Amino acid sequence: MKTIQTDVAIVGAGSAGLSAAYQAATAGADVLVIDENRLPGGQLFKQIHKFFGSREHQAGTRGYRIGQELLSRVEKSGARVWLNTLVYGMEKDCSLGVIHNGEHYVVRAKKVIVAAGAKENYMAFPGSTLPGVMGAGAAQTMINVNRVLPGERILMLGSGNVGLIVSYQLMQAGAEVVALVEGAPRIGGYGVHAGKIRRAGVPIYTSHTIKRVLGTNAVEGVEIVEVGPGFVPIPGTEKKFDVDTVCLAVGLNPMTELIWMAGCAFCFLPAFGGHVPLHDSNMETTVSGLYVAGDVTGVEEASSAMEEGNLAGVAAAESLGLLSPEQAAEKKAEITARLNTLRSGMFGERRRTAKEQQLNSMKHYRAKEAE
Amino acid sequence: MSEEILICRCQEVTEQEILDAIADGAATVDGVKRRTRACMGLCQGKTCGRLVQQMVARGTGKDPADVPPQKSRMPVRPVKIGVFGGQDDA
Repeated sequence: MKTIQTDVAIVGAGSAGLSAAYQAATAGADVLVIDENRLPGGQLFKQIHKFFGSREHQAGTRGYRIGQELLSRVEKSGARVWLNTLVYGMEKDCSLGVIHNGEHYVVRAKKVIVAAGAKENYMAFPGSTLPGVMGAGAAQTMINVNRVLPGERILMLGSGNVGLIVSYQLMQAGAEVVALVEGAPRIGGYGVHAGKIRRAGVPIYTSHTIKRVLGTNAVEGVEIVEVGPGFVPIPGTEKKFDVDTVCLAVGLNPMTELIWMAGCAFCFLPAFGGHVPLHDSNMETTVSGLYVAGDVTGVEEASSAMEEGNLAGVAAAESLGLLSPEQAAEKKAEITARLNTLRSGMFGERRRTAKEQQLNSMKHYRAKEAE
Repeated sequence: MSEEILICRCQEVTEQEILDAIADGAATVDGVKRRTRACMGLCQGKTCGRLVQQMVARGTGKDPADVPPQKSRMPVRPVKIGVFGGQDDA
């Protein structure tokens, strides 16, 4: 076992982790970023579509270009990035158990930022374990990163932005999307994405769900059924489709294992995907010196993950004495203003309310602790 | 309809087995885990944990906020045991 000391250790080299690394390293911190994947960038390099929002959030730029630009900034910042590296645990003192190049390391950092992202929700129905049933995110990795088509004829369950965007990208990659199925009475994602799917002639079945997937050794078909109030299936409304792949785009949930292990306090916010760690406006959790950023704090999207990463990186550098309170305050005010923009408007409202609740829970926690 | 639904695919635990565990008194994800081995496979509950949480909340009538995930323990990722205790450490 080897021990490594560093100023800042960051778990996850995705949108949030890389942004945090850039901020902390440019402020002068010794930074180590750890990621279990072969390539850095998290989900950014899978996003071949153009981003929305304002110009400062690089609207109109494709996700992977934003990833390339962020990565090159991190490389110049002097932060070290360890890929193919597992973080298997965290002690109460925030030291990290790490496996790198087949060797066991303990990483002791003055500040730890967990930016571990989220994982896809699973849904169980008869046949859900047959080969050919997969997460929409997995299908997106196959087509956009590995350039492998998961199947020829695909049914997508879930009409949030992930379901809509991945359906379109599967068609661009050469697959036929036979139907898009949504349990709720209306489409969940942006109209502009849904419009592309409809114009391509894909039927969208709202108030429907999967009854079962058919097949012996792999997916051979799927049966959907209409649902009434309370998502109760209506007998006699079943429809069968001949497909070889079923993609599930039924939400994501934060990868919080390490944060639970460190003993952080949590709250429950369904808008963010379930139990999420309390954190303050510096992204610091209830465990001193432990910060969080990105989807692990509550599932949102890449732009807000990058801004939360920026915030955590600046705050960590400030608490190490590498930025003066004035310098840090100026940077944090700019980042927070951009974050508020991202959480405004019709689609941002639910997330803005949830984030307020999370920050308020943290305030209550600290007030109680001070008593 | 008697088609089986697998909740934990790693340990091949069915929906019915989890319902039975809750009927047997399991009121937490860890309670279900100890009775059925759900969440104890290669993925360590990353796939089914969420479904088990929902089933426990529904089955016990608890608020979902009061049904946290299973207790997190090291290792949270599959690790070869030799890494911790190779011949050099003997």
